[in-house]
Amino acid sequence: MNRLALVGFQVLVLVITLVAWHLLTTVPMSDGKPLVPPFFFSTPGDVFSRIWKWFYEGTIWRHLWITLSESALAFVIGSVGGILVGFWFARKPIIAAIFDPYVKMINALPRIVLAPIFTLWFGLGIWSKVALGVTLVFFIVFFNVYQGVREVSPTVLANARMLGMNERQLMRHVYWPSALSWMFSSLHTSVGFAVVGAVVGEYLGSAAGLGYLILQAEGTFDIAGVFAGMFVLAAFVIVIDGLVTLVERRLLVWRPVADDTRT
Amino acid sequence: MGVSAAEALPAGIKPAAPAVALRDVTITFRMGKGATYTAVSDATLSVADGEFVAIVGPTGCGKSTLLNVAAGLLAPAAGTADIFGAPLTDLNRQAGYLFQADSLFPWKTALQNVAIGLETAGVSSAQARERATGWLKRVGLGGFAARYPHMLSGGQRKRVGLAQVLIRDPKILLMDEPFGPLDAQTRQIMGNLLLDLWSADRKAVLFVTHDLEEAIALSDRVVIMSAGPAARIIGDWRVPLERPRDIAEVKLEKGFHELHREIWNVLKDEVLKGYAQTGGG
Repeated sequence: MNRLALVGFQVLVLVITLVAWHLLTTVPMSDGKPLVPPFFFSTPGDVFSRIWKWFYEGTIWRHLWITLSESALAFVIGSVGGILVGFWFARKPIIAAIFDPYVKMINALPRIVLAPIFTLWFGLGIWSKVALGVTLVFFIVFFNVYQGVREVSPTVLANARMLGMNERQLMRHVYWPSALSWMFSSLHTSVGFAVVGAVVGEYLGSAAGLGYLILQAEGTFDIAGVFAGMFVLAAFVIVIDGLVTLVERRLLVWRPVADDTRT
Repeated sequence: MGVSAAEALPAGIKPAAPAVALRDVTITFRMGKGATYTAVSDATLSVADGEFVAIVGPTGCGKSTLLNVAAGLLAPAAGTADIFGAPLTDLNRQAGYLFQADSLFPWKTALQNVAIGLETAGVSSAQARERATGWLKRVGLGGFAARYPHMLSGGQRKRVGLAQVLIRDPKILLMDEPFGPLDAQTRQIMGNLLLDLWSADRKAVLFVTHDLEEAIALSDRVVIMSAGPAARIIGDWRVPLERPRDIAEVKLEKGFHELHREIWNVLKDEVLKGYAQTGGG
């Protein structure tokens, strides 16, 4: 299938979905009511006029900015922590063995139960959301870095030592690139989780952000607002994901290209 | 023609210390539950400075572990390894090692892979890059400097590996079936390239292979190992062929065939034993 036809079909799916949604929620049936109650499902027109209003009046930007900063902070802090601890554990197996059950325990915990505690600790501002995102991002990065350091090919390692590398050079030329490649291969997941942490945190208690917008709309049975919030959130995630793909292509240029020919 | 291991290394004093001298080296591995596996037993072998020695043996006879002892990557259970007369206690800093498996850094370009060996030795990165460029040209990869290993063919990767090792100018070159995974034509080309580079400044070479023809065509001496476990050195032949050699042409010479037949008579039984032990795999 060529690219143009593919995009054509993708647009077609969108159009059919929107038209079906529109018809089902607006066209009156024999009893004078539409098949699907617009009170619960809103209508595409209402949703888009709401989105238009948000952007036109500019009220959305503040919320987007808050969610973006929470996600970015969660990602950066979680990644740095994950990298440091991942390296430390991988290079010191005894430390890793001692902490192993606790790492498993904390990772098994559904992170959402931490949200109320974080709200108590860090307040209703952005930091409680950042903390929630950090707990999600940290473990993904940590496990990948740990794996990356431990899974360096023994031959490559022996070669590095025969080429005269000392411990510091091994770190820089062998362990670090290997760990980074594992970390970057999970970049989509960790960035996604940073956003999840931010939005869920906002949803559970906040004064701004996309999660807050959706929660507010929900609280007043404003279904158009809920849907509009969801669409903005989805677009936001797609844009971020696109940026991550760009970064990934730039940084992992040395890796064989994965088979992308399915399309 | 046959020189026994004992004769090759007289018990008395040698005038110049050999580049590599392994004495009564035994290599064992712990297998768990207190069991041990003896890979090599009482191997005595010396490589003079500037000498090209090939070790040939059946699959799984422990040839590579012997090389790892000479590299200092593996400590023998018994016996000693001397490098230019000094006992080897840590990594062998005088040696370059060309591995059988892919050993290039996948995240570095061909040029960076070659330059790294100089950078670790404290050479400035500009100078290292310049000399690495020269080495890539010498191995015939002048136009491939910016390629990453996954963009190179198996033969090209071996060339980069050769440049990576030789740029450090090691006094000893250890090679573990370096051309094993390559096809026949590429092996021949690589063999000639190796002889070319080697003849420029004769390093001591210890070359492990399972291919007897390759061993005779390349080396000054061929050492035969028995099938494992507890593999021993069972033969040591001098190769009376003149240098410079061309791998393809030297295989047509009469001396080559005679030596090949003589060694093969000894090696054949060991190869069969080796197959019997590994179930033909």
